[in-house]
Amino acid sequence: MTLDFKQDFFALFGQPRRFGLDAAALDAAYRAIAAEVHPDRYASAPDSERRLALMHATRVNEGYQTLRQPLARARYLLQLAGIDTQEETNTSMPAEFLMEQMEWREAIADARAGSHVEQLEKLARELAGDLKSLEAELAEALDSADPDLDGAAQLVRKWRFMEKLDQEIGDAIEALLY
Amino acid sequence: MALLQIAEPGLSTAPHQHRLAVGIDLGTTNSLVATVRSGSATCLPDEFGRSLLPSVVHYSKAGTVVGHNAQAEQSHDPHNTIVSVKRFMGRGLADLPDAGSLPYHFVDAPGMLQLSTRAGAKSPVEVSADILRTLKERAEASLGGELTGAVITVPAYFDDAQRQATKDAARLAGLNVLRLLNEPTAAAIAYGLDNASEGTYVVYDLGGGTFDVSILKLSRGVFEVLATSGDSALGGDDFDHRIYCWMLSEAGLSGLGAHNTRLLLTRAREAKEALTEHTETRITAILSDGESIDLTLDQATFHEITKTLVDKTLLPVRKALRDAKISVDDVKGVVMVGGATRMPQVQKAVGELFGQPPLTNLDPDKVVALGAAMQANVLAGNKGDDDWLLLDVIPLSLGLETMGGLVEKVIPRNSTIPTARAQEFTTFKDGQTAMAIHVLQGERELVADCRSLARFVLHGIPPMVAGAARIRVTFQVDADGLLSVTAREQSSGVEAHIEVKPSYGLSDDEISRMLTESLSHVKEDIEARKLREAIVDAESLLEATRSALASDGDLLDAAERADIDAALAVADAAIKGDSTRAVNDAAAALSRLTDPFAERRMNRNIQRALKGHNISEL
Repeated sequence: MTLDFKQDFFALFGQPRRFGLDAAALDAAYRAIAAEVHPDRYASAPDSERRLALMHATRVNEGYQTLRQPLARARYLLQLAGIDTQEETNTSMPAEFLMEQMEWREAIADARAGSHVEQLEKLARELAGDLKSLEAELAEALDSADPDLDGAAQLVRKWRFMEKLDQEIGDAIEALLY
Repeated sequence: MALLQIAEPGLSTAPHQHRLAVGIDLGTTNSLVATVRSGSATCLPDEFGRSLLPSVVHYSKAGTVVGHNAQAEQSHDPHNTIVSVKRFMGRGLADLPDAGSLPYHFVDAPGMLQLSTRAGAKSPVEVSADILRTLKERAEASLGGELTGAVITVPAYFDDAQRQATKDAARLAGLNVLRLLNEPTAAAIAYGLDNASEGTYVVYDLGGGTFDVSILKLSRGVFEVLATSGDSALGGDDFDHRIYCWMLSEAGLSGLGAHNTRLLLTRAREAKEALTEHTETRITAILSDGESIDLTLDQATFHEITKTLVDKTLLPVRKALRDAKISVDDVKGVVMVGGATRMPQVQKAVGELFGQPPLTNLDPDKVVALGAAMQANVLAGNKGDDDWLLLDVIPLSLGLETMGGLVEKVIPRNSTIPTARAQEFTTFKDGQTAMAIHVLQGERELVADCRSLARFVLHGIPPMVAGAARIRVTFQVDADGLLSVTAREQSSGVEAHIEVKPSYGLSDDEISRMLTESLSHVKEDIEARKLREAIVDAESLLEATRSALASDGDLLDAAERADIDAALAVADAAIKGDSTRAVNDAAAALSRLTDPFAERRMNRNIQRALKGHNISEL
């Protein structure tokens, strides 16, 4: 038996392979496994066991990060289903969505130019709200009896746009504060 | 009445002997060593009862002096008395904005500067090793035996070069490093375990020369670092420097020599400490030309001239809160660490930001060393009832240089360690057979604004059209926060691997040479020492294998078991002999045979952990 890198992250943490996830159960499973494989448990062990612990702990951390973030989780589910999310190559978006993006950008730029940190924080909250509804749409597309995988890939690409906006808001807040 | 077992002299009394392990806080201003004795962590004092060892080293023809006696030489011989060497760890001359105002003769060396002293050029690694060696000797004298290992603390915000330099210094001092531990995390262990705390805590750690802030979630024995930030060149020293500048301007002084500068900086530090308790303090000094200084500094003025420094610490705090995605209302408590947090204006500013008074019930000078000692005790295998898990993070993003001098981030800051991430790159020109990999650390987009960690070249890429080669570069960050990088051309399998050693060039060979030199100094028989070390390592392997066989022997078939038993017998015989080579060979053979066994046991443990958790959930 060797380290089974083919086992998917859902199986690793004993969770059902779906988008909708019991976050508390994932947290608990992660902590239980991390407690077993963390290199601190092997600090006085022979080299070979220390290397093994490092590999396992790395994989457990990667799996946890992948499953706990909705975007990474959706992308991972699609990847398991053999769908390329084309996040770098496919930038075609509905005109309406692109218009919204432009409005967001303008709002961020205005708030930044006017040094309105509170306005930026309000935008960040609005964006978080939009991401919540995107998460609900993803759950519908991925977890239904007849999943809409292409639709889910499009939602992942939308999420990427939104994530960039969030990054811009964060950068703007940091630029104003510091 | 119980029968007492008494062992023959020289033989251990128990199969699981208590291993001597210490935690060391290698600070900018002071260093400490602590250990766990009879279940509680204590700092080990020197023969005069002093726990704090000033991080000061004096070099002279007569020899090397560390600590209080070195501090006494500061004003007489500033060039050869190295203070705050931690600021120079993993740093080049270009990294020091104030190099000109320091009383040292710097020598610029590739990657890391050196200090020219009467005892020759000293790298900050060697100076730090002298401090660590003093603490090691103190601990061994006090504990009555050789140390199994040590946990050394580093500022959470230390980058890879600074961490690597610290680990090198420990090895140079002859310490077996069990783990590099982030200072705020160490403080959280000492604090959290003392108080059985649950919830989200902020550790505000203002030391002599570094500032760290970590946000941790404490729950049921798990210390999870959510985010960390800081400034590795901001600390109590800067407050001294502000007072020093104020003194110069009040007294109309300029162009002081090294001796006077050192004298006034010492007076400044004393004034700072006095103002923690008093509303004003008198500063007097007589300069080398006979001129006397007599000034009075009040608290209000002190707070005013240092306000920008206090404000500067609040920026990383806000950044960490943002990264952790929490607000000040979510914070249950703020733990103050580091001597500089004794300053009332610092406590006031932190209290105002969080809307609650900060927690100061543990000695801010000792809390890091105590936490490190607790962790060292667990890592050395002295498990008592205590059991906890540390999930720490990497403080700064790691990336690679791409076209146009830009940095492509491969591992973002605040990723839980250990972690690994792979990124694919391709060739830029037709027929390109080599590729330069430049590893950087930092948050900025431009290469010039990030710290260069290492450069290496991947040769032997099969010639292909531009864009056809697929080079997979994997970053692995271990539990010490140290990076190694592997690059692999996917179609041909050409591979390059490096431990990212900052280019200051302390190779493993150099370290072992320095180590050998320092040992021959004390006329120790190196061969005997090597044999002893090999036997200790082999014994721990034998012990680990036997206990694994006892608990999980059913995972092996009869043939595998027979092979392992045979290897055990060979190793048993070897450690009774006097050949280092035989011991090492036997240990290596045993280790090779038990590799698949270890893998199976780990898988079983994972399954057990999952099941145990599922049952408890029901």
